[in-house]
Amino acid sequence: MAVDTQAPSRGFSGASYRTCPETGLKVCSQAEALIKVNAVVAVVFLAVGGFFGLLVALTRWPAVHLLPADWFYLLLTAHGADVLLFWIIFFEVAVLYFASAIILNCRLAAPKWAWLAFVLMVVGAVVANVAVLQGESSVMFTSYVPMQAAPHFYLGLIVFAVGALIAVFVFFGTLVIAKEEGSYEGSVPLVTFGAITAAIIAVFTIASGAIILIPTFLWSVGYISHIDPLMYKVIWWGMGHSSQQINVSAQVAIWYAVAAMLLGAKPLSEKVSRMAFLMYILFLQLASAHHLLVEPGVSSEWKIFNTSYALYLAVLGSMIHGMSIPGAMEAAQRRAGFNNGMFEWLRKAPWGNPAFSGVALSIVIFGFLGGITGVIMGTEQLNLIMHNTLYVPGHFHATVVGGTTLAFMAITYLVVPLIFRKEIMFKKIAQWQPYVFGAGISGVSLFMMGAGTLGVSRRHWDIGFSDAAMSFDYPATAFLMMGLNGISAILASLGGLMFVLVVVCSVFFGKARTPESIAASPTLPSTGTAETVTTYGSEKHPKLPGTVVLVTVFFVAFVLYYYVNWKYLSEVWPLS
Amino acid sequence: MAISPPENKLWWKEPLSGVEITWVGIAFLWGLVMFGTMVSWHFVGKQNLSNETYRTTPDAFGEKVEAMVERFQVREEGDTGVPVVHPTPGSDVYMLGRLWEWWPVLELEKGQNYRLHLSSTDWQHGFSLQPQNINIQVHPGYDMVLTITPDKAGEYAVVCNEFCGIGHHTMVGKIHVVDKK
Repeated sequence: MAVDTQAPSRGFSGASYRTCPETGLKVCSQAEALIKVNAVVAVVFLAVGGFFGLLVALTRWPAVHLLPADWFYLLLTAHGADVLLFWIIFFEVAVLYFASAIILNCRLAAPKWAWLAFVLMVVGAVVANVAVLQGESSVMFTSYVPMQAAPHFYLGLIVFAVGALIAVFVFFGTLVIAKEEGSYEGSVPLVTFGAITAAIIAVFTIASGAIILIPTFLWSVGYISHIDPLMYKVIWWGMGHSSQQINVSAQVAIWYAVAAMLLGAKPLSEKVSRMAFLMYILFLQLASAHHLLVEPGVSSEWKIFNTSYALYLAVLGSMIHGMSIPGAMEAAQRRAGFNNGMFEWLRKAPWGNPAFSGVALSIVIFGFLGGITGVIMGTEQLNLIMHNTLYVPGHFHATVVGGTTLAFMAITYLVVPLIFRKEIMFKKIAQWQPYVFGAGISGVSLFMMGAGTLGVSRRHWDIGFSDAAMSFDYPATAFLMMGLNGISAILASLGGLMFVLVVVCSVFFGKARTPESIAASPTLPSTGTAETVTTYGSEKHPKLPGTVVLVTVFFVAFVLYYYVNWKYLSEVWPLS
Repeated sequence: MAISPPENKLWWKEPLSGVEITWVGIAFLWGLVMFGTMVSWHFVGKQNLSNETYRTTPDAFGEKVEAMVERFQVREEGDTGVPVVHPTPGSDVYMLGRLWEWWPVLELEKGQNYRLHLSSTDWQHGFSLQPQNINIQVHPGYDMVLTITPDKAGEYAVVCNEFCGIGHHTMVGKIHVVDKK
């Protein structure tokens, strides 16, 4: 509080504000409080769900085989719900409030509704966790029918989704207020545009969830006699996959935000970057069809349409961001004077700042490990040699953990000083955290994909089949991969623990930021030189040789690995 | 900056950076190549999933499996009591997923075609043929028909790779591929 240069002022409609001493932005106190509570609850679910994940990984390490089977399946279900759904959506709500009220400099719409949304989300998440921990709902995150969970499992998810939907509408309301009250001029900033993308996809996602989970809940209490398993999957994935597009949009918005805040980077082209976000809205939902590539009853034409151009135009969006963001960083760094050779701009980037290193690693892990493998799994025929193997969780640990979670962690290192107005404690630990977590999760991802390539099933307690009537021996390499996966999971958990330690201690016990400490170590470096970084227009753009090299490496890796998988496919039994 | 409104209010009229538009073009063309590869594999590739599926019921499918077992059983698999069937090449063969077994065990001849029917009588299961690593989702109520041509002799395992409850990890079946008699 000491940092306030002026007492909180009462603005229009009774909203109160403070002026941020670092950015000069007007900060709505309701928005600030809601960002704090959503972010704190998000981190709680990350800690709980991450711990469950560690137990799961240690069970899948054949030499350790930690949990008994029932606990393994139970905690695997809880792990999925807590990190994939609750950690991410709570944090995304905080991102939405930040990208609307804070960035647009206005008050949050309907704060009471926003609090209601928060309460519903907490209640729903807790109820779903209780249902799973009671042991009658070990149905996995996907809860495919006709396997049935306890009614309050579905009910918890529905209540959570209603809360999330309200939060999304508070975000939309805030955009309307900002426009009407003229709190910004011209078009919304790119980061807000990315958040709008996430919010639009969220509405679609939550609607799909409601369409399938409400009847499933009614089925679980006996009012509906039958849910078709294929129909369930088609609609469930409208939620299950689209929710990952919310993550991608939010995470890319954060990439742009951190590049802007730390380096003063501006997008190479507003037009191209916004088009890329628009492609997510238009195409990514259709791409959820790639979960149904080896199902009965869906035709090749349907699969190809939905997973080729529908998917590839969305992939194009990601490939654009993947070039534009490093490109914008390079442009900013070169104008700031790091102009020697191909890569001085990259070498002299703030690698010691966890907000930057987190985002940089997030981009690399998401692109190389998550993006390429996602496209390959989404190819009609190639899916045959990957479906439901460990390749699948290997892929999405690269996207959702290495990509989204790491990006969320990175921006938290800016949120703590700017929104919580606390000094980051244990600076050395914070500095190392993205590297430890990034290395751990890259290992998890690579070794699971390796095991999956060797055929190891996902969601499986015992790949030694010791209790099975008929047995089968996976190759010894597969067991090695599972051991390495366990070690990587320990490393990733250590990185997660470092994050939670730094953030929780800083928020609750950290020193408040004072004008002196802000002057001594500004959260946002002066972008005085960078302010003039880009004037738009191609002839004024600097050359970007470093970025060209980076995307070329990416592209070559993509093409080679894509055809390697066709080679693998061509070696299995002919089938038609 | 990306966190402030674009300085140029007519941002959509700005010319594009050459590097960026080149990359967009390459990425778009690569998408076309991947699309073409997927489509052309239907014509030149040998591994394509069939589109043939019928609605069925657990009872109806179970009857067909029983009929096949009655007709073609040659022995039992080890001491498991599970029948091994050796159906006529080219014929319709059935494999049923249920809690927690694949039933029956199939003995197929190398290089012959079979119309393999897959369905479940309870929950969803995952047909994962190892060490080939061919993976297919099996639903109750749907009879999916694949024409398979086993091209290497040997013993293959069918692991369940869709979670199906507490016995999921014990659900293993077998397919034997033998040289032509």
